[in-house]
Amino acid sequence: MTAIAERITRKLSEAFAPQQLEVIDESHQHHGHSGWREGGETHFRVDIVSDAFTGKSRLERHRMINAALTQELAERVHALAIAAKAPGEA
Amino acid sequence: MSDVNARIDAEVKNNDVVLFMKGTPQFPMCGFSGQVVQILSYIGVPFTGVNVLEDQEIREGIKAYSNWPTIPQLYVKGEFIGGCDITREMFQSGELQQLFEEKGIAVKQAS
Repeated sequence: MTAIAERITRKLSEAFAPQQLEVIDESHQHHGHSGWREGGETHFRVDIVSDAFTGKSRLERHRMINAALTQELAERVHALAIAAKAPGEA
Repeated sequence: MSDVNARIDAEVKNNDVVLFMKGTPQFPMCGFSGQVVQILSYIGVPFTGVNVLEDQEIREGIKAYSNWPTIPQLYVKGEFIGGCDITREMFQSGELQQLFEEKGIAVKQAS
């Protein structure tokens, strides 16, 4: 796993104690596109399931995740696709 | 309110559906922006596209305005709806179409 992906994984684990968490680096799919840069680590997909999202709207869930990753988003991460679910949601 | 905030504010309040995006509705310059354009076009909702690549001030300003770090960003009747993932999920579940109806925005009848 790349350094940024590790950082994202660690921060989300600490913030949400997720039952399920997958952080996928999709930077290679965006090669040459605006925001992409040498070395990748710019485009990520996060699939996360956590009790923390129970009763929260989509917008709230995304804001929670963005807040946990403020530093990464400011420094390097250009795109973050998020699928955030509470346990039991399809 | 700063100048750029006032400009963004006017944009989202004077237009029913506004998409802050990379590129234009005709020529999206980013896959995520393109997805939202496709969804809105499919539903048949008229919308205003604001190309953030043409305006560095708005590109940064909209992130602060919405407290949202990425582009695209969809506004409906002044309300921030979300980015690409949220728009797509709402479209797939039918919530987006419902939202437009609730807000009194005409959508093309799905065929």
